[in-house]
Amino acid sequence: MNGLAARYGWPLAAICLALVAAWLALLILLPQLMMFEFSLRPNLLPRQLGGPEDVRSLANYARLFGNPIHLGIFLQTIWASSLVTVVVLAVCYPIAFYLAQVARGRQAALLFVALVVPFWVNEILRAFAWLILLARNGLVNRLLIDAGLIAEPLPLLGGTGSVLLGMVYAYVLFMVFPLYNAIESLERQQIEAARDLGAPWWRIHWRVVLPHAKPGIAVGCIMTFMLAAGSYAVPMLLGGVRSRWFTEVIYTWFFEGANWNQGAAYAFVLLLLCILFIFAMMRIFRVRVSDIGR
Amino acid sequence: MTADRLAQVAIRGYLALFFAYLFLPLGVLVGAAFNASRYPTLVPWEGLTGQWFADLLADRLMGEAAWNSLVVGLGVVAVSVPVGTAGALVLSSLHARARTLLYGFLVSPILTPGVIIGIATLIFWNRAFGVPGGLMLTVVAQSSFIAAYCMLLVLARLERFDRAQEEAALSLGASRLQVFRRITLPFLAPALYAGAFIAFLQSFENFNTTLFVVGTDTTLPIRLASMVRQTMSPSVNALAVILIATTVAAAAAYEVLRRRGR
Repeated sequence: MNGLAARYGWPLAAICLALVAAWLALLILLPQLMMFEFSLRPNLLPRQLGGPEDVRSLANYARLFGNPIHLGIFLQTIWASSLVTVVVLAVCYPIAFYLAQVARGRQAALLFVALVVPFWVNEILRAFAWLILLARNGLVNRLLIDAGLIAEPLPLLGGTGSVLLGMVYAYVLFMVFPLYNAIESLERQQIEAARDLGAPWWRIHWRVVLPHAKPGIAVGCIMTFMLAAGSYAVPMLLGGVRSRWFTEVIYTWFFEGANWNQGAAYAFVLLLLCILFIFAMMRIFRVRVSDIGR
Repeated sequence: MTADRLAQVAIRGYLALFFAYLFLPLGVLVGAAFNASRYPTLVPWEGLTGQWFADLLADRLMGEAAWNSLVVGLGVVAVSVPVGTAGALVLSSLHARARTLLYGFLVSPILTPGVIIGIATLIFWNRAFGVPGGLMLTVVAQSSFIAAYCMLLVLARLERFDRAQEEAALSLGASRLQVFRRITLPFLAPALYAGAFIAFLQSFENFNTTLFVVGTDTTLPIRLASMVRQTMSPSVNALAVILIATTVAAAAAYEVLRRRGR
């Protein structure tokens, strides 16, 4: 800390410290702590606050685990988000490898731009694009009918399948870039050496490329899982009553049930899930905190 | 040799398939904006029309939402760039454990689901300071994680900074503030511009966090979501065309400037 003052003088160092302290306290730590504190209290009328009923308990958490519908949605969210993560990883790996190790010059630059552009298209629009495609009289049904494969339009929307499809589409690029960054730093001679020594292509990937890509895989999986589990727009547009997402339940507690305390408990459980996932990934792939965000 | 050839064909086919998957839905999305059909679709093609754009421009709520998005975006840039830069400068002056710990806390909002950032911000600022949901709270909530993106950009640039330049300036009699203004800041400038650009785009397209903190106000993504839920109208596609065209133009301009800056 003295280093900062020594370099730029005390006034500037103090400003920097104050900004960071405000960011850390007012925007990151205190809101999360307050959300947790809030989740322990019952939903009371203003005049009851501070009264005998205003005590901390785990009642809001007990309600989640005692409600089979909400618990089912929660488990379904975990399972589906994991599935999305695995599919996205499998879809992205060849793309990232090609882009990082095979493509060269203009082609690489062009492919890169082609990936960046859809990345900046709004998530709602990406889900809406699939809504149009999968609708009763959408392009997919029409093509199938024209091809004579089906007589009546299929109900493609409103199930878990369409939500998963939309999520893979919406989050695929959050995996490509971390993977690309990791694979790009692998020296090409290593791959050539493995090939010269007679390793088949799959073993080159398994023993050379994949181990090197570990940080990228971990970061990509963390981002994808977090985005999928925390997604609201995709299940809202492509899902139906049979495929409600945990975030939709949370939203309902806040703005339809008017029970912020209950909603806070649900939100905290979701946060805990994501934190557990992050630590699991960092352990499995032996990645440190400082590898995240590169 | 033939196995290699086969692998080449396979990977090229896969690439073509992947990019088709990436772009075909967007193509249909854009194309349907110009189709006269009252339902947003590409087939059957009922003729070229600009009516959906006219509908969109006549929508007063849409203008308000666009204006709000612009205001929030500029607010987020004004908060995130200085805060993120301060974070990077403080981090770079720390060592080992303290640095890792602070780094972990400061990047954590990037790894937190957006809805949770919105909820936590809403509860805290509402109960502690009485700030209701609205544009102001939206700026606060979005900045909490967008500042982290700015910080990462500045941090990456700082890693390549030759500190001897600062020392040279100091020994030549510059004051510490002058060193910062004349040496450090100009060196960081590209990262600051990039940070401002990224911050604005992130804010402009944010939905998850905004949903919980926006109150009764509306931004473009919020308006978009309610439009999609209420009516399936090609006006949504018209808006999509405008948004996509704007972001593509901005991203291209950014890329050109970045390349020129190097």
